[in-house]
Amino acid sequence: MQGFGDAFAAAFALIVGFDADLMEIVLLSLRVTLSAVALACIIGFPLGAALAVGRFPFRTTLTVLINALMGLPPVVVGLGVYLMLSRAGPFGALGLLYTPTAMIIAQTILVTPIVAALTRQIVADLDTEYHETLRSMGAGRAARIGTLLWDGRFALMTAALAGLGRALAEVGAVMIVGGNIDHVTRVMTTAIALETSKGELAVALGLGIILMILSIVINALLMGARSASERAAYA
Amino acid sequence: MLRLVKSAPPPLALRLDNISLCRGGRMVVDSLDLDVPAQGITAIMGPNGAGKSLSLRIMAGLVAPDRGACRHDFTGKQDIALVFQKPVLLRRTVRANLAHALALYGVPRARRKVRIAELLEFGRLGPIADSPARALSGGEQQRVAMVRALAAKPKLLLLDEPTASLDPQATDAIETLIRDTAAKGAAVVIVTHDRGQATRLADHVRFMHKGTLVEAAPASDFMLAQKSPEAQAYLAGKLLL
Repeated sequence: MQGFGDAFAAAFALIVGFDADLMEIVLLSLRVTLSAVALACIIGFPLGAALAVGRFPFRTTLTVLINALMGLPPVVVGLGVYLMLSRAGPFGALGLLYTPTAMIIAQTILVTPIVAALTRQIVADLDTEYHETLRSMGAGRAARIGTLLWDGRFALMTAALAGLGRALAEVGAVMIVGGNIDHVTRVMTTAIALETSKGELAVALGLGIILMILSIVINALLMGARSASERAAYA
Repeated sequence: MLRLVKSAPPPLALRLDNISLCRGGRMVVDSLDLDVPAQGITAIMGPNGAGKSLSLRIMAGLVAPDRGACRHDFTGKQDIALVFQKPVLLRRTVRANLAHALALYGVPRARRKVRIAELLEFGRLGPIADSPARALSGGEQQRVAMVRALAAKPKLLLLDEPTASLDPQATDAIETLIRDTAAKGAAVVIVTHDRGQATRLADHVRFMHKGTLVEAAPASDFMLAQKSPEAQAYLAGKLLL
């Protein structure tokens, strides 16, 4: 076991030296997480907006379900996706288990309810304000949803950000469906868990520091965009 | 010898026929018969709670009455436009607000640019065309809302106290737009509490109280002498209970 000082020094050396293995893990993490969040937004934004504006059977039930799924345990999602993608599962023939695609699927399932539930609230609040005006202009439901999503775009960044936070920090699901295979499915969180268990604190710390920096930078960028929009009275 | 001939009633833009509406166990519009002439500006006056704004929403098709019918010959959804007391503009520039309205009204993309230029000129909004709409003053926002309502060249423009809480300059700008709109041939209905505004703008007055029409008259006649005690009391500044 290294001392803390040595571990930090070695971690900084890995980061500053752009260690190839470290960078590979970081880039794969970003690819998996950003893909999952993008897919979750593509599904979650219209789903949340439809729940906010639509009138259809089981709407309330679906809303309760989506809200409940925000707290979905990652290991349960991992297990579910594993069963679906394993050889004996319905999608086993696709051969996706232990691939980044499987990890993206698992994270998309985890993040979509968060994005959809927050979108529903944002769009519902905006609809309260816009409802009569849009109806007086003859807007149909699809046009209303489109307008509300566009005008709520800066507030919806918060929803995407919450999803990003969940995906970046997630370890259980990607560990189960990805298998944490070196150079194939190893991402920052699974690598941190592995390296810590091996006592390789330098790599674990290096990844941890990068994870924190990424999280702070992405949050700062989105918050900056939101503040600018508020100053311009767009939000 | 002068021979008196009974003149035909003026053509109507719209008629509320025996409309009733109950809200929270209270009859807020009660057997209302109200017609809107096809030409000129019609002011709907009356105290708070008279049912003026609800009547306007019924005309716009936003509220369905419990009984009665709103009769008109308009066929397009864009033939009737409504401007609210508190304008709700989209979180976009003035130009983008107008573009959005034109898209909703089904104006082809190729014609939108020209139409936006026309609307900006009509509303004297050129200098603020690319400003965020919600950062404008109250008067400017109401002008944008009015011009947006006119985007599809409606045949009937409904205005719900459009100058409430605006300063005299902003009020004057809105009233100019209202006159210009009426001059172009659209029928205009304005709900107002302001006797001065009704005097300045209106050709016809409809006075409402407790959800019913109490008096209908040409504006000049109404302002000189009201027939109903309710209208007399209202214009005398008394509280109508």
